[in-house]
Amino acid sequence: MIPSIPQPRAFRVTYAAYVALFFVYLMAPLAVAAAFAFNDSMFPSLPWNGFTLDWFVGDAEPRLGVFHDGALTESIGISAFVAFWVTVLAVGVGLSNAFLFERQTFPFRNLLYMLMLAPLVVPGVILGISILVFSNSIINGIDNAVGVEIDALRPGLALVVLGQFAFITTITTLVISARLRKFDLSLEEAALNLGATRMVAVWTVTIPYLKPALIGAGIVAFLMSFENFNTTLMLVGSDAPLTITMYDRLREGSTPALNAVSLMLMVVSGALALLSVFVQRNRGGR
Amino acid sequence: MKAGPPFRLGLILLLAPIVLWLSLLVILPHIDMLLISLRVRVAPRVYETSLANYVEFFTEPLYWNTFARTAIMSVTATAMTLLIAFPVSYYIAKMLRGRTKNLLFLLCLVPFWVSELVRTFGWMILLRETGIVSNLLQWAGLTAGPVEMLYNDAAIMIGLVYTSLLFMVVPLVTTLDSLDDSLIEAGYDLGGNGFAVMRTIVVPHAMPGIASGCIVVFMLTLGNYLTPILLGGKDSLWFTDQIYTQFITRFNWELGSAFGFLLLVLSSIIVWIGLRLSGQTLSESVK
Repeated sequence: MIPSIPQPRAFRVTYAAYVALFFVYLMAPLAVAAAFAFNDSMFPSLPWNGFTLDWFVGDAEPRLGVFHDGALTESIGISAFVAFWVTVLAVGVGLSNAFLFERQTFPFRNLLYMLMLAPLVVPGVILGISILVFSNSIINGIDNAVGVEIDALRPGLALVVLGQFAFITTITTLVISARLRKFDLSLEEAALNLGATRMVAVWTVTIPYLKPALIGAGIVAFLMSFENFNTTLMLVGSDAPLTITMYDRLREGSTPALNAVSLMLMVVSGALALLSVFVQRNRGGR
Repeated sequence: MKAGPPFRLGLILLLAPIVLWLSLLVILPHIDMLLISLRVRVAPRVYETSLANYVEFFTEPLYWNTFARTAIMSVTATAMTLLIAFPVSYYIAKMLRGRTKNLLFLLCLVPFWVSELVRTFGWMILLRETGIVSNLLQWAGLTAGPVEMLYNDAAIMIGLVYTSLLFMVVPLVTTLDSLDDSLIEAGYDLGGNGFAVMRTIVVPHAMPGIASGCIVVFMLTLGNYLTPILLGGKDSLWFTDQIYTQFITRFNWELGSAFGFLLLVLSSIIVWIGLRLSGQTLSESVK
C-alpha cells in the first residue's frame, strides 16, 4: 500500500476519505469552541443568532465580555504570574541538569537520570497530592519543633509553582540536553586556548549556541504551566489560575465568554508554538 | 572532561539543583504519601500504623470497581486510539510526500498546543443536548427530538481518544517513516497481498512506535481527570475523581494517599510490562 503499488480506485478513495474524516474529528471541537465566541446568544450552543463581539468587549451583565470580566482577567494574570516563575525555574534547573548529564561523570549517574525522567510517568493528580501531603508534613514538623507555622507552604500559588516545576523541569532538561549533545567541544576549547576563563567560555560560546533550545524550552514550559490543570487542582488555594476558573464556570454552565477565552488561548498558544518552531528551525541548522 | 578540584566544585554546583528538585518535590513527597497511606487516625492527632486503608479499598466494592473500571476503560481507549491512529499515521508516513506530508503531520500536533480544557469544552458544545451533533441529526431527520450525548461512557471514550491521538500519531509516523518503501514493494513482488505485507512487514517494523505510543497513551488516560469528569458527568466513576473526593471533599488524606499509591503502582506496572514486552528502556520511549 504505497503509491508505487497500484490499488483499486475504490480503496484509494475510501482511504483518503477516512483520513479526511480523521482531520474533521481532530479540528471539530477546536472549531466550534472558537466559533461560538461570536454567537449572539446567552449560551454556547445552537441556534446561531448572528455575529457579535459582545463576549469580548461587552461591559455589563448579563453580556459581560472577557475584557471586562474581573474574575477572568484576574485569573489570566495569576496564570501568567505562575507560568513566568515556572519557566524561569524550569529553564534554569534544566540548563544545569543538561550540563550535569552531558558534561560530567559521577557515580549513580544513570540512576539519577532515571529519577529525572520519573516525573513524566507520575500522573499529574498524584504528583499534586504527594506534594500537598509532604508540604503539610513539613508545616506540622516545623510547627511542632519550633512553634512557627509557615503559611507559604499551605495550598496556594507557591505550591502551584513548585508542583508544576516538578514535572516541567524534566521536559526542559530533555530539550536543552538534546542541543548541548550536538555542541562541538572544540569551540569551547578554542575559547579557553585564546585565554578565556571557563565561565567566560561557557557564557560567550556555549550559551549562545544553546539559545534556540533555551527559548524553545521556555515556550514549552510557559505553555504547559499556563494550561496545566491536574497538578494545579490539588495545590490551588484562594487565587485561582485561569484553568481552574474556567473549569468552575464550565461546570456551572457558562456564557460564550468562555468561548472567547478559549479562542484567545488558542491564538496565543498557536502563536507561541509557531514561534518555537521558527526559533528552532532558524538557528537549528548551524 | 578533565578531572580536577575546580570541576569537582562545578559538579557539586550542578548536582545541587537536581538533588533539591528530585528529593524535595518528587521522592520525599511520594515516600510521605506512602507513609500516610499506611496509618489510621485513632484519636485527634494520634495515628497508628496499619493497613486499614488498603483493606478498605478492597472491601468497599465502589472503590475497587472504580479502579478496575478506570483500568479497563484506559486499556480500551488505548486500543481504540491505536486502531484509529494507525491508518492515518500510515497514510501520512507512506502515502504522502513533501509539503502535504509535513503539513498534515503538523496539523496532527495542533490540538496538543491547545489546553485540554478548551478541547473538552469543544466536545461538550458538540455533544450536549442543544449541541451541534444533536442538531445535525435532527436536521437530517435521523432523530425526532434533541439527543443528549454527553454524560455516558461513549462520550468519555471520544474525549479520551481525542486527547491521546497525538501521543500515538507521533511515534507511529516516526517509525513508519523509517521503513524503506522497497521492503513493501519486495513483499508484493514476492506475491504477498496487502494484508500479508501489513502483517509481516509493516506492523513488525512499527512495533517500537506502537509500544511507546500505547504506553504513553495508557499512562495519560489512567491519570486523566478533566475529560472523564466533564464529559462523563457525576457518574463517570473515574479513579482520579475518587482521589480528589477523598482529599478535598472528605478530607480523608490517609485513604486518598492509599488510592494515589495504588494508581501509581498500577500505572508503573503497566509501563514496566509494556517496556519489557517491547524490549525498550524508559529513556528511549520518552524521546
